Amino acid sequence: MSMWLHQSGDALRLAARRLIASPVNTLLSVLAIGVALALPAGGQMLLANALQLARNSTPAPQISLFLDLDADKRAIRDIDGRLKNHPGVKAYRLIPREDTLARMKANEGLADVIEALPKNPFPDAFTVLPADDRPEAMEQLAAELGKLSKVAHAQLDSDWARRMAALLKIGRTGVLLMALLLGVGLIAITFNIIRLQVTTHRAEIELSRLLGATDAFIRRPFHYFGVLLGLAGGIVAWMIVAGATWWLRGPISELAQLYSLEFSLRPLALVDSIALLAVAAALGGIGASLSLSKHLRDD
Amino acid sequence: MIKVDHASKRYPPGFDALSDISFEVAAGELVTVGGHSGAGKSTLLKLIAAMERPTGGAVLVHGQNMGSLKRTAIPYLRRNLGIVFQDQKLLFDRNAFENVMLPLTISGFPPAEAQRRVQAALDKVGLLGRQKAMPIMLSGGEQQRLAIARAVVSRPNLLLADEPTAHLDPETAADVARIFLEFRAVGVTVLIATYDDSLFPDARRLVLAQGRLQ
Ligand SMILES: Nc1ncnc2c1ncn2[C@@H]1O[C@H](COP(=O)(O)OP(=O)(O)O)[C@@H](O)[C@H]1O
Ligand SMILES: [Mg+2]
Repeated sequence: MSMWLHQSGDALRLAARRLIASPVNTLLSVLAIGVALALPAGGQMLLANALQLARNSTPAPQISLFLDLDADKRAIRDIDGRLKNHPGVKAYRLIPREDTLARMKANEGLADVIEALPKNPFPDAFTVLPADDRPEAMEQLAAELGKLSKVAHAQLDSDWARRMAALLKIGRTGVLLMALLLGVGLIAITFNIIRLQVTTHRAEIELSRLLGATDAFIRRPFHYFGVLLGLAGGIVAWMIVAGATWWLRGPISELAQLYSLEFSLRPLALVDSIALLAVAAALGGIGASLSLSKHLRDD
Repeated sequence: MIKVDHASKRYPPGFDALSDISFEVAAGELVTVGGHSGAGKSTLLKLIAAMERPTGGAVLVHGQNMGSLKRTAIPYLRRNLGIVFQDQKLLFDRNAFENVMLPLTISGFPPAEAQRRVQAALDKVGLLGRQKAMPIMLSGGEQQRLAIARAVVSRPNLLLADEPTAHLDPETAADVARIFLEFRAVGVTVLIATYDDSLFPDARRLVLAQGRLQ
């Protein structure tokens, strides 16, 4: 274990030394990787902001429960109790049928029609604010509440939510596609860089074999080289996105104010930042591994 | 220590570098392999170091058949072997100390102990004062001594050297030869390929000609 640590430390130091030994090459590689990663990372940043904006600027979605016309006080109390204890319900409100009738009568055009009716045609109703506002979760909750006894119909006001979800899905797919393509690009970049590294250090590789180095020992510094390169590229991508966020923040806030929206652009979230660096390092490592299996085959 | 049993080596497409070689080397012996250029001296050392496989017969070191070793076993075997290569194979982007350190790094020595050993090896070949020097700054004789230090730093009990005194002036060559005699004196088995075996008067001599033992 401690021997493994020593050797890993040595390999890491050697990889770092090789990166520093040709600063211009390293800088260009890191920039290429950074720019490639900045596109999906920036897309993710914009997507997260769009989601935030959507949440803030659209009315909260709700479910309306219309009760049977013969629902009595006991049935209402019963449903009230269930809604109170349901974990999926954030808030709810009873709208008594008398109130609905009064509200409808206030409407000029309807007043005469309603006067003519023998009795109140409106049912008692509840409006429910779901705790989880994702469309699937809301639909499930609506279906569940619709099955309660004396509930005639549960209606989900979710058109806007569906449209928004569809848009976000397109955005998310776009970011994913971009990440996939540029991830492959990144692997290709490291693959080629490691091929050049292997050529440059051919003599050292051959000598190490003759001195009793295992394949793992020989591969390790090159592998770390790829990981470090990817990581450095990830950091550059993060800085590009952070810079763009900072740059766009002012103009976007002004625009939002024109629409009286409370909104300011947020930088890449911590989780997304960590994911960016981890993925960058992993892709660098994968590119290096592939390159090594091709270019280090026993010679 | 070494047993070569009717070994031969044919390089593709069909050149016989070695034909039907048989000899043994006992532990602690000093043996030279002489012969003209192209006689097969390097090839013989390569068979013993498992750098080439014999195409006929067998080569045994410590009783192990070098021709039938698994690929994954070879690294561990090489660590117990000191080799001074004909072309030295020094790394020119690392200083003297780091060149000698390499075998110990490879075998996973604890750094503190490794450092002491590297210094001892450099001291042994008279290069302790030049630890930080890059190989390019060393003279031909110093480069050769550096290659020897790297070969012995793991304290192998078998030392192979391929023309270690070639291209050196007579005085430097004698210096280098003396270093091998000192290792021999502490019990290391030494096998040296050399066109000039007068430098090792006490050695048992093998002579190759056209790939055959004389
Ligand atoms: N890898 C090889 N492929 C083909 N022929 C080789 C190879 N290595 C050596 N030879 C040939 O084998 C013969 C012996 O070479 P070598 O063992 O290097 O001789 P020496 O070291 O005695 O000068 C030479 O004729 C050389 O050309
Ligand atoms: Mg030779």
